[in-house]
This record gives sequence, C-alpha cells and structure tokens, in this order.
Amino acid sequence: MTPEEVIDEIKRSGLRGRGGGGFPTGLKWELTRKVKAEQKYVVCNADEGDPGAFMDRSILEGDPHTVLEAMAINGYCTEASKGLIYIRAEYPLAIERLKIAIDQAREYGLLGDDIFGTGFSFDIELRYGAGAFVCGEETALIHSMEGLRGEPTVKPPFPSESGYKGAPTNVNNVETYASVPVILLKGADWFSSIGTEKSKGTKVFALAGKVNNVGLVEVPMGTTLREVIFDIGGGIKGGKKFKAVQTGGPSGGCLTEKHLDIPIDYDNLIASGSMMGSGGMIVMDEDDCMVSVAKFYLDFTVEESCGKCAPCRIGNKRLYEMLDTITQGKGTVEDLSKLRNLANVIKDTSLCGLGQTSPNPVLSTMDNFYDEYLAHVKDHKCPSGQCKALMSYIIKEDACVGCTLCARVCPVDAISGEKKMPHVIDQSICIKCGACFEKCKFDAIFIE
Amino acid sequence: MAKVKSLSDLKKMREELQSKVNLREKSDHPEGMVQIKVAMATCGIASGAKETMDYIVNELDNRAIDAVVTQTGCMGYCYAEPTIEVTLPGEKPVIFGYVDDKKAKEIIEKYIQGGELVDGVIPVTYETIDEHNEE
Repeated sequence: MTPEEVIDEIKRSGLRGRGGGGFPTGLKWELTRKVKAEQKYVVCNADEGDPGAFMDRSILEGDPHTVLEAMAINGYCTEASKGLIYIRAEYPLAIERLKIAIDQAREYGLLGDDIFGTGFSFDIELRYGAGAFVCGEETALIHSMEGLRGEPTVKPPFPSESGYKGAPTNVNNVETYASVPVILLKGADWFSSIGTEKSKGTKVFALAGKVNNVGLVEVPMGTTLREVIFDIGGGIKGGKKFKAVQTGGPSGGCLTEKHLDIPIDYDNLIASGSMMGSGGMIVMDEDDCMVSVAKFYLDFTVEESCGKCAPCRIGNKRLYEMLDTITQGKGTVEDLSKLRNLANVIKDTSLCGLGQTSPNPVLSTMDNFYDEYLAHVKDHKCPSGQCKALMSYIIKEDACVGCTLCARVCPVDAISGEKKMPHVIDQSICIKCGACFEKCKFDAIFIE
Repeated sequence: MAKVKSLSDLKKMREELQSKVNLREKSDHPEGMVQIKVAMATCGIASGAKETMDYIVNELDNRAIDAVVTQTGCMGYCYAEPTIEVTLPGEKPVIFGYVDDKKAKEIIEKYIQGGELVDGVIPVTYETIDEHNEE
C-alpha cells in the first residue's frame, strides 16, 4: 500500500481521535503529510490524566507493540522518521514494558534504519511527563517534550504544521493508534461496520464509582449508557437508585436518568451536555451530592490549571470559592446566577481545552440538578446529606438507652447526658465527624 | 533473533509463528497443556497478582501438572483482581476472580485436576465484535 492508500483506508474507516476531541484521524494524517519539511515527528500522547481513567495504561501494559506498529505506519504515511511517546512517569510498569517492546522491535528490525530493505527508517523514543493534566493538550505536550513549561499555545499553527521543535508533528492518543493496525489488517469496511453513523469502531471506558462491576469496558460506539451501567456494570451498588453518570472526566458533564438510553457516540454526548473525553465514566447514586461533585472536579482543575490565562487561573478559583460557600450553607440565590455567568465566561474566554471545558461539571449539574443547588442556598439543606456543614447529627430520645458510648468516642466532648438517660449533642460544638453515628449500637443517632 | 530484512522474511516468519500458535492451540496432547493466564497489569499487581502467579507456578510444579502459565494485560475486571483465565484442553476459557493463594489452590485441585467448577467464576458478559456481527 502506498502512503496515500493507507491514509485513504484510515479515512474510510471513520476512525476519530480517542483522546477526547474526536477529530478524524485520517484527515489529521493527511494534513501532516501535506506539509513539506525535512524532519517530521510522530507523537503518541500517553499522558492519561483524567481521575480514574486507565484505558491507555492497560493498552501500553498489555500490548505495547500495537502502538509501536501504528506509529511506524504513521511515520510511513507522513514521511516522519522519528517517533516520540510522551508518557507520564506515574506509569512505571507501562514504561518498562514499552522499553522492552521497543528493544524487541529494534532487534527484529521492525524499527531502525531501512526497515525490511524498503528504505524507510523509523525509530521511537520515550519522553516522560511529570503528570500534569494540561500536558494532555497537544501544544502543551509538545512544549513539555521540548523541555519548556507545559503550557498550551494558541492554535493555529496546529502541530501538523509546526509542532515539536517547529517541525510538522502528528499527535494521536494511545487508543487511536491502537485501532490503526487492526483497521489495515481487516479493512476499513470491517471497522466502519461497527458503531454509529458518525462514530465508528469501539471505545474503551473506565467504569468506576457506585457500580457493582468496576473495570474496563470495551463496547461498540452506539451502545447505550444503560447497557454499560446496568448490564455490564451489574447495576448500582447496594441496590440503590441511579442518580447520574459523569463522563469525560473533569471536562465532561453529568448525565442523568433521562440520558440513559441515548447511544454513546461523540456527537450525542456533546448534544446532551457532556463529552466523550478519554473515556472515564463515574457512576453516582442517590447518596451523592451534585454540588459536592462539581466542587470535586473544580478542585482538580484549579490544581491542574497551568496559570497562563486569566479566565482559567482566576475564574476557576473564584468558581471553586462560590461552590464552597454554597456547600457551607452560606450561599444565596443570587450566587447561583453569578455562578452560571462566571462559568460561561470561563468557557468562552479560556485559551485551551482545559479552561474551556473546566466549568462543564458545574454547568451540567446546574442544568440537571438545579433543585439541589436551590436546596443548598434556600433551605440550607443538602438533600443527600453529604455536605458536612449542612447536616446535623441528632440523638433520638426514645431510642437512646444512655450507654455513654457516643459521649466517650466524641473527640470534641460535644455529647452530654447522665448514665442510662438520653444523651444530647451540642450542635455548636459538634464537628460532624460521624464517630458517634458509627458507634451507636441502638440506631439512636440520625442525620438531618 | 534474526533481523527481518525484507517483506518476504516477515511473511515467512509470520507463517512459522502461526504454525506454532496452531500447534499450541490444536495440541493433540490432551492431558497436558492447561493454559493459565494471569492478568498482570498495574491493577492486578497492586492486588497481589505477582504472589498468585508465583504460587500457581510453584504449585503446578509440585503437583507435576503440565501447564503453561503466562502473563497477560488487564482483562478489565478491576473489581475482581487478581484475575486468572484457565483454559483446559478442549474447553472454553474460564475466568476466575479474587484469586489469592487459597483460591488458586482450590482452582488447581478442583478445576484443573478434578474438572469440577469452583466458585468465583466471572460470567462472560461480553461478546466479540465478530460474534456481534454474525447475529
């Protein structure tokens, strides 16, 4: 096959980038091929940073050769002679196995000079990242590989024109590369027979949270969330009620009951206010407070923001503070409209994908669970009993036998009462640690 | 290992390797060749797959059972690590979850030696794409 034929095959297969954006892979390759340059680079983005996602790690640990093969194929198509894998140092086993695989490939002559006597030379090196979330963004990733700070820059120029060391660079994610060899082996028609009209093939999801069977799940595009969570995931833990599923990691959104039957693909997820992302899927049940969930993800983006542009650096910090006020029970109804305004500003004005998507967890939980936000600011109550400041532990007088156990475990001496008489918790001292609640043998303590 | 110098070399090598795989898969050595795959990705190792693997290798040696024990990647059953896949000759592969030393011993004694299924089998909740398309 000529390089053009290979690119054409990939294009026909309908493969789209598995890293989150869903850019057509064949088109990306063609763009890199078209640019004339003496040196080009092939980069594999193995900087998997979503909390709870490890699809790429499992591929690199289980079958590193498939990624190496795809990178060489890409080199052949784009006339690049050098491949680089950007992998985070937190994946020591994946790094070790990649090194072994690269050595084996060199030994067999699958990498190196003049491969199979065809005149095509290609070699792969590793570059380690220190685990910054923003380095999953391709321009930041390239800067990090060059030894600069891992900060994104404005596109265009796209890496396909000017990437690593200013040379045209093709950046794809691990999972995208892993799909390439099998497409060429079995043909574009085979691959495009799987999936939906606009999203072809299969996708791996890391199913986590309150489901019975957590783990990695590979399903054809177009499978419904219900099938993934209830059939494969075995339903919600402890028979509780499903509340929401968070897809797309810190950049994604929360989907609810009404979204369970939509077929999963790039476009449907975006239309419902979330995104494919790299494939994290965190399931939440009725006990989860959606305001706290939004706060959790924002905490992550505040930590991971590179600080280059103001909307992301300052805006997310303010957003986090507002959410914190709400979970403390000190928020007002006006805060909610401020929250939404600020979220939209950050979304519209941030430089890179991290900032543009960081308010998504806030916006999607506000869209789908506005009642819960209202309960926090109006009634100063957390419906799920998760926000510590908004709940109180109370002793039921008629159930308490006065065993004094709770008073003894209380770290701040907030519980008083005579032996064999009902005890009382002083709410002004109580720090809501829950120690009494766990210890009580008579179920006399409840949360309000 | 010889370096692959041309496309025909690669094709020849592919044929050789494929015949080896066939030999392994269609072995006419019925009582032998029990195949055990231990999931040895980061998740498995963190849950103790290394110990399980060591134990299985030792125990099979002790009992003089002719078996191939190999490592494999993550099978996706993270909730049930360590997981192992056991293929008895002529049988479909069976995946066991939560395999510690005790469980491994039970599997070797009852399933591999006795052919009787033990608790802890992870039901097959998947189908391959080829199966899916045939429907």
